[in-house]
Amino acid sequence: MEYKGVWILGEQDEGRIKLVTLELLKRGRALADKRNVPLTAILLGEKIDAESLKKLGHYGADQVIVVEHPVLRYYLPEPYLNVCKVLIEKHHPEIMIASATTTGRSLMPALAVKCATGLTADCTELDIEEETGNLIQTRPAIGGNILATIKTPVHRPQMATVRPHSNKPLEPDPQRQAQIIYEKVDENLLGSRVKRIGFKANPAETASIQEADVVVAGGKGFKKAENFKMVHQLANLLNGAVGASRDAVDLGWAPYAAQVGLSGKTVSPKFYLAIGISGSVQHLAGIKTAEMIAAINNDPEAQIFQVTDFGIVADLFEVAPLLIEKLRNHLPDKEA
Amino acid sequence: MRIIVPIKQVPETTNVKMDPVTGTMVREGVEAIINPLDLYAIEAAAQLKEKFGSKIVTISMGPAKAEEALREAIAMGCDEAILLTDKAFAGADTWATSYTLAQAIRRIGEFDLILCGERATDGDTGQVGPGIAAWLDLPFATYVSKIESIQDGEIIVERMVENGYEMLSMPMPCLLTVVKEINYPRLPSLKGKIAAKQKQVAYWGTAEIGAQPNNIGLKGSPTRVVKIATPQVARFGKIVQPKDEHELNRALDELIDMLKQKAIL
Ligand SMILES: Cc1cc2nc3c(=O)[nH]c(=O)nc-3n(C[C@H](O)[C@H](O)[C@H](O)COP(=O)(O)OP(=O)(O)OC[C@H]3O[C@@H](n4cnc5c(N)ncnc54)[C@H](O)[C@@H]3O)c2cc1C
Ligand SMILES: Nc1ncnc2c1ncn2[C@@H]1O[C@H](COP(=O)(O)O)[C@@H](O)[C@H]1O
Repeated sequence: MEYKGVWILGEQDEGRIKLVTLELLKRGRALADKRNVPLTAILLGEKIDAESLKKLGHYGADQVIVVEHPVLRYYLPEPYLNVCKVLIEKHHPEIMIASATTTGRSLMPALAVKCATGLTADCTELDIEEETGNLIQTRPAIGGNILATIKTPVHRPQMATVRPHSNKPLEPDPQRQAQIIYEKVDENLLGSRVKRIGFKANPAETASIQEADVVVAGGKGFKKAENFKMVHQLANLLNGAVGASRDAVDLGWAPYAAQVGLSGKTVSPKFYLAIGISGSVQHLAGIKTAEMIAAINNDPEAQIFQVTDFGIVADLFEVAPLLIEKLRNHLPDKEA
Repeated sequence: MRIIVPIKQVPETTNVKMDPVTGTMVREGVEAIINPLDLYAIEAAAQLKEKFGSKIVTISMGPAKAEEALREAIAMGCDEAILLTDKAFAGADTWATSYTLAQAIRRIGEFDLILCGERATDGDTGQVGPGIAAWLDLPFATYVSKIESIQDGEIIVERMVENGYEMLSMPMPCLLTVVKEINYPRLPSLKGKIAAKQKQVAYWGTAEIGAQPNNIGLKGSPTRVVKIATPQVARFGKIVQPKDEHELNRALDELIDMLKQKAIL
């Protein structure tokens, strides 16, 4: 059987296409060009905004396969698995990549089992070995202490999840058009034993540290819960999300959803500001793909300074209030 | 109710040292511990046991040394422990690992719930849980932060996603992978410690679980690690140590300029 083409698994929320989809298109475009094959985006949902589907062409897709059904409104393991599996069996892509989100990291391992193929988690780099078409997948492991390069030499499709926000989308090119194909699948495949019966949104400022462009994170250096509000003020002023070290979470200053690091979340914002965080290997494991890192710590030997683009060795109780004041002066119409 | 908890023994990575020449982890002197994220799965099972009188079977695939991890799990409240150990299991990726664990679970027989950790801190994939569910055709949920209720064979859980918490219901048997937010793992009790000393750990190999030789170990693994490198972490950034308020002001202005250049401000 010939396996051909590069697929990305897009994600949508209430019919709107998520940013990770555009990021995947850039990854996918590079692979498809190198392999000289078309790039296809797969999108599952209830009713996906047609205008945004067209835009997927501008962002690099040659083709978009859309499956719409009420049960596909939100990610549910069984119908998503079944739909992806029949699409793969029908079209035989050589490569399929998804974002390493809670959806991608849940769906893809089950899909890889069902399709009897390999899957590499949370890759930060992807490339193609030209002679063989093997996907060269690079990912951090053991708390970011190593970078492992992994191949799936025999099995197809080759599957990988890619760390969200570890790259930017392409500049959109309005000249580029994608062919949009609506597919129907057998109703029998759309049953779900898992039912979504409710949803509780995060309060705005804990809004996903994985999606924010700016993350301001605080650690044990803040000494007391009430001091942690400076982290919130700074995050607010910078339109960012609040992150925390494990110690700060364990002390109850921030929810677990805000924990950054090995046993928390991996983030890749444009700007990461670590305040009163020592920079343990476990913490650093979560921020290595951030674009720019700054830190405030009164210990010049703190490990966090090994990964910073800009480090300030000083007492956070002096620096943070001053920084808040300066940012306020910069953004006079902003309240924080 | 019968609960199965798959756990993994991992190297304690707090003080990981890398060999700069080979790029591999220095294993000497590195302690082996229960994957810290599996403690939450064990604790979740122990709490259900207190509520429903469940029986907990813990299971691990690994070398004979992993028996220590299983004994610790007994000390925390697990009732039975099975170690899947066989030369043929070695080198398994998540596909082969989830197959092997699923085969063993089939052999265990009836159960209501499988509780896995969110991910193992060494491989850091989080793929084994959903993989087991796929092999066994079970309904499943990942990133579970709360078990809301269990009633008439139906379980309701909260699942942590990027922008909030989903409330999901599903029939049992099913599989959950749990996150740290779900509980505070207990320390082993004295009674537990005694049980951990006395209980037998069952050893199962390929034959006992009726595994297909082509699906296990390195041979059964679709993926291959072809290279290990040490990442370059240092960013060689600028570090300032302001001596007075004036210098601090300057440092912060410089930071703000950087943010402007990056179009963040
Ligand atoms: C298996 C495992 C998994 C883990 N996972 C994670 C994880 O996911 N995320 C995580 O963060 N940690 C994790 N940890 C914990 C990690 O090892 C560290 O203990 C933790 O990150 C330390 O948090 P911290 O930096 O806030 O605290 P500390 O290490 O106590 O650092 C506080 C810092 O604040 C500075 N400070 C103090 N006062 C001031 C002041 N007035 N002004 C400026 N600076 C000040 C100090 O110099 C110090 O550097 C994990 C550990 C293990 C074993
Ligand atoms: N070798 C193993 N033996 C038993 N359970 C495992 C093993 N590997 C992984 N698991 C389980 O699967 C979860 C996810 O692991 P991983 O997919 O390796 O990140 C762990 O938290 C364990 O619950």
